[in-house]
Amino acid sequence: MTDIPLLSLAVWLPIAGGLLVLASGDGRNVAFSKLIALVTAIFGFLVTIPLYTGFDTASAGMQFVELMPWVRDYNINYHLGVDGISMPFVILNSFITVLVVMAGWTVIEYKPSQYFAAFLIMSGLLNGIFSALDGILFYVFFEASLIPLYLVIGVWGGKNRVYAAFKFFLYTLLGSLLMLVALLYLFHKSGSFAILDWHREPLAMTAQSLIFWAFFASFAVKVPMWPVHTWLPDAHVEAPTGGSAVLAAIGLKLGAYGFLRFSLPIVPDAAQHFAPVVIGLSLIAVIYIGLVALAQTDMKKLVAYSSISHMGFVTLGFFIFNPLGIEGALVQMISHGFVSAAMFLCIGVLYDRMHTRNIADYGGVVNTMPKFAALFLLFAMANAGLPATSGFIGEFMVVLGAIQFNFWTGFAAATTLILGAAYTLWMYKRVVFGDVANSHVAELSDINAREMLILGVLAVCTLAMGIWPQPVTEIMHATVNQLLDHVAAGKL
Amino acid sequence: MNFPLPDFFPASAEIFVLVMACVVLLADLFKSERQGWLPYVLTLATLAGAFAIQVGTAGPDTTLTFSGMFVDDRLADVLKSCLYITVFAVVVYSRDYLMARGLERGEYYLLVLFATLGMQVMISANHFLTLYLGLELLSLAIYALVALDRESARSTEAAMKYFVLGALASGLLLYGMSMIYGATGTLEISAIARKLSDPATNMEVLRFGLVFLVAGLAFKIGVVPFHMWIPDVYHGAPTAITLLIGSAPKLAGFAMAIRLLVDGLPTLAVEWQQMLMLLAILSIALGNVVAIAQTNVKRMLAYSTISHMGFMLLGLVSGVIELRASGDIHLSYAFGSAMFYTIAYVLMSSAAFGTLLVLTRAGVEAETLDDLKGLNRRSPWFAAVLMMVMFSMAGIPFFIGFFAKLAVLQAVVAAGYIYTAVFAVLLSLIGAFFYLRVVKLMYFDEPLDNSPLVASTEMRALLSVNALAIALIGLMPQSLLALCASALGQALK
Repeated sequence: MTDIPLLSLAVWLPIAGGLLVLASGDGRNVAFSKLIALVTAIFGFLVTIPLYTGFDTASAGMQFVELMPWVRDYNINYHLGVDGISMPFVILNSFITVLVVMAGWTVIEYKPSQYFAAFLIMSGLLNGIFSALDGILFYVFFEASLIPLYLVIGVWGGKNRVYAAFKFFLYTLLGSLLMLVALLYLFHKSGSFAILDWHREPLAMTAQSLIFWAFFASFAVKVPMWPVHTWLPDAHVEAPTGGSAVLAAIGLKLGAYGFLRFSLPIVPDAAQHFAPVVIGLSLIAVIYIGLVALAQTDMKKLVAYSSISHMGFVTLGFFIFNPLGIEGALVQMISHGFVSAAMFLCIGVLYDRMHTRNIADYGGVVNTMPKFAALFLLFAMANAGLPATSGFIGEFMVVLGAIQFNFWTGFAAATTLILGAAYTLWMYKRVVFGDVANSHVAELSDINAREMLILGVLAVCTLAMGIWPQPVTEIMHATVNQLLDHVAAGKL
Repeated sequence: MNFPLPDFFPASAEIFVLVMACVVLLADLFKSERQGWLPYVLTLATLAGAFAIQVGTAGPDTTLTFSGMFVDDRLADVLKSCLYITVFAVVVYSRDYLMARGLERGEYYLLVLFATLGMQVMISANHFLTLYLGLELLSLAIYALVALDRESARSTEAAMKYFVLGALASGLLLYGMSMIYGATGTLEISAIARKLSDPATNMEVLRFGLVFLVAGLAFKIGVVPFHMWIPDVYHGAPTAITLLIGSAPKLAGFAMAIRLLVDGLPTLAVEWQQMLMLLAILSIALGNVVAIAQTNVKRMLAYSTISHMGFMLLGLVSGVIELRASGDIHLSYAFGSAMFYTIAYVLMSSAAFGTLLVLTRAGVEAETLDDLKGLNRRSPWFAAVLMMVMFSMAGIPFFIGFFAKLAVLQAVVAAGYIYTAVFAVLLSLIGAFFYLRVVKLMYFDEPLDNSPLVASTEMRALLSVNALAIALIGLMPQSLLALCASALGQALK
């Protein structure tokens, strides 16, 4: 334990840097603004590393806790802390931010400082979500993080960006407003906004059910679960590459994280009671959305649907209430953070050169971009869940857990290994293999050093986690076991 | 006959403003050609002086003076201090606009000072007559201000409409007051509260009077179904005057509601709470839904005012319930939430109209939504200011509007109205749409007009401070929340 407020730094350093970048303006010193952005992002990542090295894996409690009163009249505290569930996401988020800043380096021409500032501020807010231990503090970060992404989609997005930005914002706001009422009700019952106090607060079944659905409205939209997923393909397709990468890598994890931090421990009995509903919706997401992904003609849309399908796996893992399921789901979340970010960045590489995302416009890319094709293949395989990539570990653990829970649930979930391979590899085949399809593809140049660096780092992460997942899973054990004991004990 | 000299000390800020208003009038008459700035500077000095006097004479005690007609308590100190700051900002924001239209004359400053005096008197009223006097002083000054642009048919029409409806509302209010006088035999607000527990008091007449009182009040703060004048007046008045109408009088309206209902008729809370609940729900619904259909920013903000005032009333409604159910600690929080909401709204609305004033140029009004297009390309800072205001009004953190909504919703949930809270948040989702649309126009669209924005340095500076206040109080709301709670706690003891 150190005396440096690491979590506060992880939250406020990127935000301060973002404001600085914003203040530096879009005048002549664009290079300077970009440099500040990159330096801030890197420092933002560096301050999160001690969170891992100094983490006590034996403890299930909150670590690196910071607590000070914020709004005394309402007993709202500035209360930060991480446990084995949230800590990996703080690091993941700060890491992805560095890559996203690098990915936008030369591509963004319109108001680049505003673009980088939006990402840095968003990164700080997302870290805030993962480390907040006070209900209102969580909510504040949760909602505030909508603003930068709304602007990123709307300002730097594609043709239909206005529609996508509004849909994204209003859908997520609807859910979170209902959650706000639930938070206020919990405050009214317990006299505290501390999430850990709520974990202990006894609640009757009716209250638990209502709170469960209020939380569900918020988190299911954010995950997103079928049938409230429709905002995601729109948002992904219209967002610029960096926006898609952050949204997929981190944005989608917020809802899943919310289930673990709020729904399961605060209303354990309602969570168990309604688990069949969630499991059903998750399986629909895994199978039906997997089939939908197969039919896509737009690469980004395909990856977006594949994300929904993968996130169905995550919610499935949570609601079967066994250690394999929850740990598998968490591993899946981290792995998906790397893989989906990499997939979107790969598509971004192609889009920057060809200005189209249509699968039909490509073909034979391997002939002109061999290095890119190799890396893209690795990520496609990881997306399909090939062993020795990170995608396999999580899916395998969740399938095992699901089979323990119920054979047919496990069986249905396992179909994703086939569907995932089908839609990803088929897309890969159509885009990369074959003869050079047209003159545009023939003129393609292979990835440059900057792109190589971004994708290479992600490739290393994907492989490392696939071969040796122990460092990631060991930090989760204690927390996950404690959570499961808590859920099993119930509150009635 | 015996006329004891009253204690003038608690009313020193009012007396100062009155004297200075006369000085401004004289200065305007005798100023030379080159001294056009004189009334402007004098007005600002008056407001700054009044602020200094208010803060300097603020004490912990409640003082009554003028035979119990005038009260100086912490509530009055806090609200009046906010009032001076707001009017100060209004005068600074308005000057360029008025000069460009040849409206920057002594009358404007004089009327603004009289309106300020009216609001001061309303805030400190402890007697129905004082309250009515303050209200009329405010209203008459504003009727004239709306018609300031004599050439404009639309302004004149708005002024007429405002005058006729305002007179009707005053009539309703007076009628209600006379009924209550009939039932209790007194016009002094704290004496009325004492009379309520007297079994000899005729409750029927009292309730009858209460209906008219609430109707009059609802008219003045503009909540459904007494809101009809708001969109027309906001739209018809010159934007600088809309800025005045849309900001400071809300503070006085809040004080009026507290003095009349909470101070004066606390045990009738069940009755007026039901009425206000209905008004609040209708206002939130109508304000948020109808605002979507507006293409004129001023009209849109008018409907947004209606919904915000509805939200503010929810705070008042919840406070009373706590008073009846348990101790009094939540009482002041609930009323404090309404007060916080009012102050937050005044901050946001002055920044919103202030930005509109920056956008107008000589001869061209910026008032349709299209005028906001591409503001981010023309001026990233003012676009950011208006964006902060819009997100704040929509109740998105980290801005002051979020904590205002949170405080009110907390009071509503604590009072047990969970479904009202759900209803209110769902309608604020609808409201979020039109606030987001403004952000969309500024950031996602191309500008129709690329001319640079012109604004005086003091206006730029003050508007920036205003916007930063919205963001910083949003980050650190504790002190203002505590101030509101303590002011009301002391006033309602």
